[in-house]
Amino acid sequence: MELFEIGLAHYLSLAALLFTLGVFGIFLNRKNVIVILMCIELMLLAVNINFVAFSAHLGDLTGQVFALFILTVAAAEAAIGLAILVVLFRTHGTIAVEDISTMKG
Amino acid sequence: MISAIAFYLFASITLLSAIMVITARNPVHSVLFLILAFFNAAGLFVLLGAEFIAMILVIVYVGAVAVLFLFVVMMLDISFTDLRKGAMQYVPVGLIAGGILLFELISIFVAWGFAKAADDNIASPTPDASEITNTEALGQILYTDYVFPFQVAGLILLVAMIGAIVLTHRHRPGVRKQKVADQQSRKRSEAMELKKVTPRTGI
Repeated sequence: MELFEIGLAHYLSLAALLFTLGVFGIFLNRKNVIVILMCIELMLLAVNINFVAFSAHLGDLTGQVFALFILTVAAAEAAIGLAILVVLFRTHGTIAVEDISTMKG
Repeated sequence: MISAIAFYLFASITLLSAIMVITARNPVHSVLFLILAFFNAAGLFVLLGAEFIAMILVIVYVGAVAVLFLFVVMMLDISFTDLRKGAMQYVPVGLIAGGILLFELISIFVAWGFAKAADDNIASPTPDASEITNTEALGQILYTDYVFPFQVAGLILLVAMIGAIVLTHRHRPGVRKQKVADQQSRKRSEAMELKKVTPRTGI
């Protein structure tokens, strides 16, 4: 039966749903920077699932190496993003996205 | 059969916790559901035979990134209910954008197939799992073929670490600290002076 033979398509569908949820979460929480950062993490996770699924399906380890690099960059991005958030809260007293308009001309 | 059940279990919990991440009222709950999603994604990676990525996902994401999120959420004193005000007005446009994206992704998956030459273009074939573990196989190509990207990744992490420290470190006035340079550059002439004391007069 097709449903019980887990193949590439199942993982790709899961990753597509996860990515869409991440995009939808950005729209839903467009005032809260912390949840937006979490949504970006969800989208990166979906990308990683895609990479590993293709790696397993093609029998090519390169996909897993690339997933490792994505993990590294995501960790760095989260650290820098949260540091900026802490500084922003210290100086502005808020993290609402619409209040961050200092650089608006 | 069992692997199919495991896949559906992990996948459904991942998706449900992703939904909870974006809809939870309290960001602390969002972070906890994010951790659940990462755990289940690690289970999916184990099912795919990528044990090393799965373990790294648990260590790096759950152990470091999610805990960092948790720290920041709890450290900042913010009224999160104010931030959610008017969130429902963006649901239609979000649904439209997400729906279009999902439709496009699915139509790609339906119409797409591997090129005939795809099997001939494998950069580093996965070795037989009975001979060599996933971690060892990854290490053998990571430290040889991909050593330059590996070093660059380390550099990115270093820059991120320095950047985070520089951004969040603040100099607070009124806090006494040891100033090593001042201590080292002190001279005898400014630290002490010799007085001639005549007996029974005092200084």
